[in-house]
Amino acid sequence: MTDIAEREATPETAEPIRACANVCEAAGCMSLDAEKVLEAISGRIAERGLTGLAVKRVGCLRLCAAGPLVEIPERGQMFESVDPTSPESVDRVVDALDGIGGGRSTADDPFFARQVRIVLANSGLVDPEEIDDYIAHGGYQALTQAVTTLRPYEVLEEIVHSGLRGRGGAGYPTGLKWRTVAKASSPDVKYVICNADEGDPGAFMDRSVLESVPQQVLEGMAIAGYAVGATHGYIYVRAEYPLAVKRLRLAIRQAERANLLGSNIADTSFSFDIDIRIGAGAFVCGEETALIASVEGRRGTPRPRPPFPAQSGLWERPTLINNVETFANVSSIIRRGATWYRAIGTPKSAGTKVFALAGRVVNTGLIEVPMGVTLRDIVFDIGGGIIGGAEFKAVQTGGPSGGCIPAEFLDMSVDYESLAQAGSIMGSGGMIVMDETSCMVDVAKYFMDFCRDESCGKCVPCRVGTVQLYDLLDKITKGEAVPADLATLESLADMVKSTSLCGLGQSAPNPIFSTLRYFRDEYVSHIEDRICPAGVCTMTSAVTV
Amino acid sequence: MSTAVAAEATTDEKKWKMIDARIRRRGNSPDSLIEVLHAVQEAFGYLEPDVLEYVGNALGVPPSRVYGVATFYSLFMLKPQGEHTVIVCTGTACYINHASALLGRMHDRLGIKPGETSEDGQVSLLTARCLGACSMAPAMVVDGNVQGRVEPDGIDRILEGLRS
Repeated sequence: MTDIAEREATPETAEPIRACANVCEAAGCMSLDAEKVLEAISGRIAERGLTGLAVKRVGCLRLCAAGPLVEIPERGQMFESVDPTSPESVDRVVDALDGIGGGRSTADDPFFARQVRIVLANSGLVDPEEIDDYIAHGGYQALTQAVTTLRPYEVLEEIVHSGLRGRGGAGYPTGLKWRTVAKASSPDVKYVICNADEGDPGAFMDRSVLESVPQQVLEGMAIAGYAVGATHGYIYVRAEYPLAVKRLRLAIRQAERANLLGSNIADTSFSFDIDIRIGAGAFVCGEETALIASVEGRRGTPRPRPPFPAQSGLWERPTLINNVETFANVSSIIRRGATWYRAIGTPKSAGTKVFALAGRVVNTGLIEVPMGVTLRDIVFDIGGGIIGGAEFKAVQTGGPSGGCIPAEFLDMSVDYESLAQAGSIMGSGGMIVMDETSCMVDVAKYFMDFCRDESCGKCVPCRVGTVQLYDLLDKITKGEAVPADLATLESLADMVKSTSLCGLGQSAPNPIFSTLRYFRDEYVSHIEDRICPAGVCTMTSAVTV
Repeated sequence: MSTAVAAEATTDEKKWKMIDARIRRRGNSPDSLIEVLHAVQEAFGYLEPDVLEYVGNALGVPPSRVYGVATFYSLFMLKPQGEHTVIVCTGTACYINHASALLGRMHDRLGIKPGETSEDGQVSLLTARCLGACSMAPAMVVDGNVQGRVEPDGIDRILEGLRS
């Protein structure tokens, strides 16, 4: 492996590479013809007879709103909306490669400068389809170090001490989960599952991570396998992410060939293989017990816990389930140490969090920030403010399980506890910014429509409750509700929250609770004045009394 | 048998061989049901009752469970789909950026709602919970290609493109 790292660092070309154009080939930019951008730049370099310049495919460059993106890291420059059919646009990149002119400076731009990258450190830097490139950037060092020099419990304790918490949303301490699986006894095998069933609407962090640094996720899973004593891993990906699936398949094949997955990893006695399972469009499969049922080829319905998957999961064996971003943090923690990791973020929420910033914000894209940053920093500094200078109304986090946070909380620190206190959740990382054109009752109705549709139907409170809640919200948005309906809405929401079987139902009323808490006047004005303050809802003309 | 029918039979045969190979590779294991159904749908475009029965027999899964799985997951289609597929994303970012206007225009133009196919069998309209293309909201997928920042007027252009 060291050989590869050295070979990559000193290419055998006669002239050293002066600058390299990194072309984003994650799904967003791919749909905007990024492959043609790469061809056009490399063609133009050849035409102009320039030497010592390179061009390569990389993962997400994060400013997704302005694709196709090209970055020249040596010059600290980002090029937006590069048009492969326009010679001027292509020449601008080639000139900059050659040291003339430039694009958007990444050092001065708050969108880039204010991010702290651990999970995304290699995103936009390495070729997601070449394991050698990942290795050249320090990839698989952590795994080889772990299996050759550390005992499993030492790896485990490192994760415990790092303070890493589950990035799927709930924020359960990752180390404790690992410890439970490590301690659980099994007649034969244990499993590691990576939950890549990113289902929250408005969330695309995991997709970008898988498309950009698939090897980093596999490495994290293998380290986890070593720590907890598992030999098989599954990665459960949504079928809606074909590029992620393709790159994962390729990454697994390449890692097996490099002896970094499969039997006797790095010539030790540790063996670990990873299989891909593809979802088929069921949001509830993000819930761990439903996901396990789906991996087993069954309908993805949850079951009561305990027993928790850590004790009895896949095929009734101890199973460790973590989210994509959680696994993507592992290799850095092992390589750089728990103390280093712990120093980033807040005392209770260590490290960074990746957010998919979208909605009515100027810089939509992928951001990674240290925990404890304020919402204002995210929306106005990194995000560049609201489109058209409109007024900020709320930011929605946690998807259908989360809530809407109003302007009065803009200076709140973004960490697990603060978000929960404000009536939302960290969630997996979807962050949707809303301006005055959004009606908060309609937003609640939108999420309830989602939950009612995605409820698996196994337990009554969720199956029936979400439909009833939706109907009540529908009545309100049409101006057909009476004041007593608001009380019914609240008590029914309470019931669904406290009696549903799994997280889907238990958290489904959250959007209602948070909008009622901060935007109650909007509900009242729909009911009593039959007016939608945002002008979104259409009231029915006739009122029946 | 006309040549056209014969040709169709041969391609069907090829598809079946592929599916059989997939079933064998997973050792006829019942837990590969979802994967096999994906393969069948990829080959035939949807899941016919006969095919469901065949898959169930091959994997040793009772018909009730095969049907249960095929109807539980929203990506599995039990009806033939149109020549072209248009998927409108209804994720949060697209919702905030007025994806409903796109569905409205599709309904105006073709008279179909999500889950339906136009009368001439040309276009099927579906919705997706989130394509993860939030930075390009509102987004849609036309025959597998993601299109971002679609305006309702863009729908007209897209539909014309499909018909030509």
